[in-house]
Amino acid sequence: MPALFMTCREVGAVTIVDLSGKISLGEGSALLRKTIRDLIESGQTKILLNLGDINYIDSSGIGELVSGFTAVRNRNGELKLLNLTKKVHDLLQITKLFTVFDVYTDEGTAVRSYL
Amino acid sequence: MTPEAKHLEVILDTHVESVNLAEEMCLRVAEAVGFSEDECYRIGMSVREGVINAFHYGNQEKPDKKIHLALDLTQEKMIIHVMDEGKGFRLADVPDPLAEENLLSTSGRGIFLMKAFMDEFDVVAGRTGGAEIIMSKKIPAPGSASGNGNHGKSNSDAAPQQEA
Repeated sequence: MPALFMTCREVGAVTIVDLSGKISLGEGSALLRKTIRDLIESGQTKILLNLGDINYIDSSGIGELVSGFTAVRNRNGELKLLNLTKKVHDLLQITKLFTVFDVYTDEGTAVRSYL
Repeated sequence: MTPEAKHLEVILDTHVESVNLAEEMCLRVAEAVGFSEDECYRIGMSVREGVINAFHYGNQEKPDKKIHLALDLTQEKMIIHVMDEGKGFRLADVPDPLAEENLLSTSGRGIFLMKAFMDEFDVVAGRTGGAEIIMSKKIPAPGSASGNGNHGKSNSDAAPQQEA
């Protein structure tokens, strides 16, 4: 059974990726990397990762979020985060990445922030 | 070691699946010992990061090398050893992932997380020739509130979620 599930949907010009499961070393990290890469290749550079159902993330997963953030930014786009669970929130806090990512608790507010 | 002390040791293949296996094994022991759900999460994450370190940096993902995981339970604490068969490293040489210039690094946060989540943490030269990570967590007294997940060095629990 895959560790990570993802579905993409469009809201205006923003691509929202709904994720559930684990972003960790192996399949989860690889799938996230491929999804972000594919979105960038198809010209989508306003990406919102909905992490509301992510119950686990390790250092490999954190690295993948940072990698995606940088890759999108290098294409003059923005990768933002929505709905952090407490565990993910705490990890981003102690790794100081909370100061790097734009993080939202409301989808509408997040989507409007790209305008 | 006290007469009540227990020792468990396994040798794992240098394979991604060993990361999950090691985490699961230590989680079961931590739960049986009486750690809270939060503390089990922190112990499991630390074991995971230790084995990832051995798998990726120590053994450089070479399948002919092994990862040695040992677990000691004393009356006071749970001690975890993760040994690889690489060249070893000095803790002082590990870059600080919180430094401004490293914030956007895509790797290098495993050691930091283990230090944050465990009570004691060190890296020494291992008997397997590579590095040996030694980390421990104080076992909560039966019936105490010490298993409430507030032992980690993170003070993030009190931080409100930021709205950009």
